Amino acid sequence: MSQPAWNSPVVKWIDERLPIFTLLHHSTSGYPTPKNLNYWWNFGSLAGFMLVVLIATGIVLAMQYQPNAALAFDSVERIMRDVNYGWLLRYLHMNGGSMFFLAVYIHIFRGLYYGSYKRPRELLWWLGVVILLLMMATAFMGYVLPWGQMSFWAATVITNLFSAFPGVGRFIVHWLWGGFAVDNATLNRFYALHYLLPFVILGVVVLHLWALHTTKSNNPLGIDAKGQQDTIPFHPYYTVKDNFGIGVFLIVYLGFVFFAPNFFGEPDNYIPANPLQTPPHIVPEWYFLPFYAILRSIPDKLTGVLATFLSILVLFVLPWLDFSRVRSATFRPLYKKAFWLLVVDVGVLGYVGANPPEGGFLVMGRIATAYYFLHWFILVPLIALFERPRPLPVSISQPVLGGGLAAAAANPMEKA
Amino acid sequence: MRKPLAAAAVAALALGIGLPAHAADEQLQIERQQWSFYGVFGAFDRAAEQRGFEVYKDVCANCHSLNQLAYRNLEEIGLSANEVNAVAASVQVEDGPNDQGAMFERQGKPSDRFKAPFANDQAARAANNGALPPDLSLIVKAREGGPDYVYSILTGFKDAPAGFKMTEGMSYNTAFPGHQIGMPPPLSEGVVTYADGTKATVPQMAHDVVTFLSWAANPELETRHRVGVKTIIFLVILTGLLYAIKRKVWAGVH
Repeated sequence: MSQPAWNSPVVKWIDERLPIFTLLHHSTSGYPTPKNLNYWWNFGSLAGFMLVVLIATGIVLAMQYQPNAALAFDSVERIMRDVNYGWLLRYLHMNGGSMFFLAVYIHIFRGLYYGSYKRPRELLWWLGVVILLLMMATAFMGYVLPWGQMSFWAATVITNLFSAFPGVGRFIVHWLWGGFAVDNATLNRFYALHYLLPFVILGVVVLHLWALHTTKSNNPLGIDAKGQQDTIPFHPYYTVKDNFGIGVFLIVYLGFVFFAPNFFGEPDNYIPANPLQTPPHIVPEWYFLPFYAILRSIPDKLTGVLATFLSILVLFVLPWLDFSRVRSATFRPLYKKAFWLLVVDVGVLGYVGANPPEGGFLVMGRIATAYYFLHWFILVPLIALFERPRPLPVSISQPVLGGGLAAAAANPMEKA
Repeated sequence: MRKPLAAAAVAALALGIGLPAHAADEQLQIERQQWSFYGVFGAFDRAAEQRGFEVYKDVCANCHSLNQLAYRNLEEIGLSANEVNAVAASVQVEDGPNDQGAMFERQGKPSDRFKAPFANDQAARAANNGALPPDLSLIVKAREGGPDYVYSILTGFKDAPAGFKMTEGMSYNTAFPGHQIGMPPPLSEGVVTYADGTKATVPQMAHDVVTFLSWAANPELETRHRVGVKTIIFLVILTGLLYAIKRKVWAGVH
């Protein structure tokens, strides 16, 4: 869209020296966005919103929290009881983590459904996967900070994963711990990193947005915008739509904060950490459950650890595993089925991850794990090879003007 | 954590995968109770809280600490400043060092934390047949089942069924995992004489003390509910307005 002409002499003076107003214009009212984005496209901005909420509440919590193994648990309780609205800050932060993951997981599955990882958005997708990995590290270390039973034992279990590597495993684990057990040194470094990593995430988010604004948004049809008739400026159209989305999301988020603040938590984390007493079931937060299920489904420790890492790293090669030129699952009947099976599979993995690995759960976990990898490495390439996609519409504005997707499907244009 | 996964469970069952009964699962009887502090508008029953404090003070406090609470917090359950002073003054706490460098005993003040019954964990174990009575500040939050669980423990003392092998010094409890608990039955009819004349039955005392302990674990609950209701009403209106604006802005696009 066109270069703005600044009316105000002050704005003009500043912009000629530091083009900050031009930059804002290019990313808002001058940023062309497909006109047909549906509500699944809200979750990117929701994730960004949650990151800001987490950083803001986190900084204030850090002013009150004591990262010392002898003081941490009590300092969290002091925040809950004696710090003005400390309970609100902590519950916002605690549930905010869950809501951040919820938004990001929906954002990722939206990308999977509509093929947002495909050319030319591979780097945009990669940066997203990097954000996910950073989020996981940050969330894990944040979970350790209250120094309750689950904090302590989650730290023990997860850091011990690295002991699976032959030869160097023990050294890596001791290096992570800063000693020979999970202890004060571990808590200190996790606190330092838990403070640092969100800002690294923020930096990668800027790169993610930069890449987005270079390749522009994908859309539910998965075809490129062909000109002005296919796009609308981001502001005011998507700013107002995103704000409405934030309103709905806040009702859900604050519903948990005010009325069920410990819904996502484990009661055991209100028991102070005790290195001499292992809880009967060590469970991670819900957003790690599918990966926890994969880890425990594989009898060999090293293979299990590698499979768990691979289950996320596979996303990096997805743009080449799925070489179908059609992006949107709307026009890919087989891929669409595989997508929904994957959603169910991840749900089953999550369910298994929340239960002890014995009997039927173990069998279920193994089947679901096998299917998870089957999906990425076999089904996705095979579908790309053999699927006959339905014909694509000519342009974004045609089906939109013709009454939406139903019309597009009813009158397929000859262009595959 | 298991609740949001119910959908996944349905999906799993739909796939025809049978779930095993837990081999180690014993029958735990958790009685669901009506709690005044449940629900969106829930608030603590002041009278029950105060009776619960009497139960804690006369019974539980002999073995269980309440480390996260200070005597001043009792004003939140409706005790007057004078009553709080009196409660605090009933204990002697160690303070110091003084100008001569010596530690000394003084009367408790409202700003003091609840005085623990034992000097340390080892002393607590030594006095309790090796078992450590847990701190009760967070007990309602720290157990699966919350207030229902704590209530069921307090009312769950029964004679062990025939053939059940009891360890020396343990008590049989229908709600406790493993059914053997180190705590002897703490409540018996009339063990507390309520100031308000309520008849001190075991279920009554259990209900009262769990209300008190629920407050001790969630002292912010009433503020949280009040602010929450206002916030959600505000957000519903705001979101409605945002939707109207969205419709208006988008009117030309559709």
